[in-house]
Amino acid sequence: MPELIIEPRKRVSHIWREIWLYRELLFFITWRDLIVRYKQTVIGIAWSIARPVITMVVLTVVFGKLAKLPSGDVPYPLMVYAAMLPWQFFSGTFSVSANSLTSNANMISKTYFPRIILPATAMLTSLVDFLIAFSIYILMMVWYGMWPDWRIAVLPLLMILAAMASLGAGLWVAALNVTYRDFAIVVPFIMQFGLYVSPVGFSSAVVPEQWRLLYSLNPMVGVIDGFRWALLGGETRLYMPGFLLSSCLTILIFCFGVRFFHKFERTFADII
Amino acid sequence: MPCALHTENIGKTYTIGHMQNRRGRNFRETIIAGCERMAQRVRHPFAQNRAASAAEEFWALRDICLTVDTGERVGLIGRNGAGKSTLLKILSRITEPTTGRAVLYGRVSALLQVGTGFHPELTGRENIFLNGAVLGMTRREIQRKFDEIVAFSEVEQFLDTPVKRYSSGMYVRLAFAVSAHLDPEILLVDEVLAVGDLAFQSKCLGRMNKVAEEGRTIIFVSHNMAAISRLCNRVVLFDKGRIIEQGDPETVIQAYYAQAEQSSGRIVLAGGFKAGAQIEEIGVTDESGVFSSSVKVHRDFFLHMRCRVHERITRATISMAVLTLDGTTVFVTRHTDASRAEASELGPGVLCARVRIPAHFLNTGSYSLNFQIVGQGAGRDRGVIDSAQQVLNFRVEETGSLTPQLNAGRAGVVTPVLPWSLQ
Repeated sequence: MPELIIEPRKRVSHIWREIWLYRELLFFITWRDLIVRYKQTVIGIAWSIARPVITMVVLTVVFGKLAKLPSGDVPYPLMVYAAMLPWQFFSGTFSVSANSLTSNANMISKTYFPRIILPATAMLTSLVDFLIAFSIYILMMVWYGMWPDWRIAVLPLLMILAAMASLGAGLWVAALNVTYRDFAIVVPFIMQFGLYVSPVGFSSAVVPEQWRLLYSLNPMVGVIDGFRWALLGGETRLYMPGFLLSSCLTILIFCFGVRFFHKFERTFADII
Repeated sequence: MPCALHTENIGKTYTIGHMQNRRGRNFRETIIAGCERMAQRVRHPFAQNRAASAAEEFWALRDICLTVDTGERVGLIGRNGAGKSTLLKILSRITEPTTGRAVLYGRVSALLQVGTGFHPELTGRENIFLNGAVLGMTRREIQRKFDEIVAFSEVEQFLDTPVKRYSSGMYVRLAFAVSAHLDPEILLVDEVLAVGDLAFQSKCLGRMNKVAEEGRTIIFVSHNMAAISRLCNRVVLFDKGRIIEQGDPETVIQAYYAQAEQSSGRIVLAGGFKAGAQIEEIGVTDESGVFSSSVKVHRDFFLHMRCRVHERITRATISMAVLTLDGTTVFVTRHTDASRAEASELGPGVLCARVRIPAHFLNTGSYSLNFQIVGQGAGRDRGVIDSAQQVLNFRVEETGSLTPQLNAGRAGVVTPVLPWSLQ
């Protein structure tokens, strides 16, 4: 007979086992969020394609055509789109998970489940958007007649890095937002700001050499540069010290994010 | 009998005052408070941590030791804020205890609210799956019970309609139907049977009885003493976070009534924080405004309710019901009755409501009171904002009646003086 012990403190290691036990709930909430999002819209799921494509066009016009920034030997739109993929994944996960706990307050105060499921759901819905947007990338590659080389095999690893960066950051704001609703207000602002601070509309090669390492303190710099390196092929080079610094930071943000979230998880039902 | 559940010294504290600050607390205030505390420590390094002692601790539950055997149906009763629901929340792992530990043997399901996780945009069919998953059922389990759930809910024809188009009755029926088909070894139920119309309520209670007959362990919180005595074989009485009595239903329910009657005719409700408005005090006074739990049958008396309104509430109705102790409603009155309006608007602040009950209306006996505020607050649908159910009892007594010999022992809930004509 299963035995359940309730005590004032639990260890972090339970988290992973519990997520596995509640995997069906994770799936159901993701499914709910995907269905609900495009209910009563006219073009429905096409929004998942329209949003990155429109952003890509705008950034290409502003940075490529007006500011005339270089893009190496790849077409500017392709370079922007390769960065849009992880960026949209990050911003979707981050901003949805910030509100994921407060918008499901009722579920939190009336039922038990590992609370980390809610931010994780935000990541899974963004992952679906990512996959849809990625199919457009394939079409673009065909259009420009570019073929990826062996480096594309590294993409799954980079995807894990992107997931750690976005979920890690998402866990922090989600937990903080339970007590301090200020974060719900700050997050859209951070996202707006982040699009210009991260090398989405331009190549990080335009950053002067002496600032490159400092620039890599932004975790998304590593992820985006990695994506470009894996997807664009050809002459695109990866600035290794920056990439390593970014990746280490990402891993730190993620690990501390999980710990922080878990530490405050116990009080969510009391203060939400 | 094998043990199903066992708790040792379970306790839960909330810091009050602090708690309410925290809700609206913003980041800046926290940082300032943190800096002040640090400055304090620098200036008086040996002083005790002032902040910790200043925050008032409130024990919502204290030293709860409870053992429940497999197959027992235990009812938890007590006034609002006595800690019953907090105990259920701890046992269902929603919140963690501050002290002590609990061990549960078997699969646990908690039913603290019907329809948790329901999404208005989804159809009935989709919501059955979603709600089932939220309650801890597996997909296969839901698929297996799907037809049964649909039949119980009586909403077959609307399965593919979004639940936002459901009537509120259909909504609760569907929600309860999912909950009713949970299949745990230990079932924790909070006041959820009071949904739907009377016919559906008795169907729900019947379903609970059936679950009980299957030998499952049930822990049931309710203010409905009729339901408690019908369903439970043991009752535990809570007061101020402690267990004060437990045993067979009859005895403990009597003790609960006695406890309610001892009171001075007024009760201050210190429950958690309710959004919108909160009932703070309920009382019974005699003609001259003195609180008393016993009033005279031949004198007018007043029923009071004081509440704090936090925000503007539109389409509000305050209603009051007087019930006999076996749960029969004597009458329900609303503050809008005299004006013939549907509802009115309440502004923020403290609101006192007073209802005059005329002399020679209620017959001698014991009664209890329900107050309820219904309305629409900012950003929410119209619904129950706060309610106080059977938390205060009072007696109507014979003493001093002009014609005691005539009135003594007259049957009936009401004893009106009616105009007669004899021809």
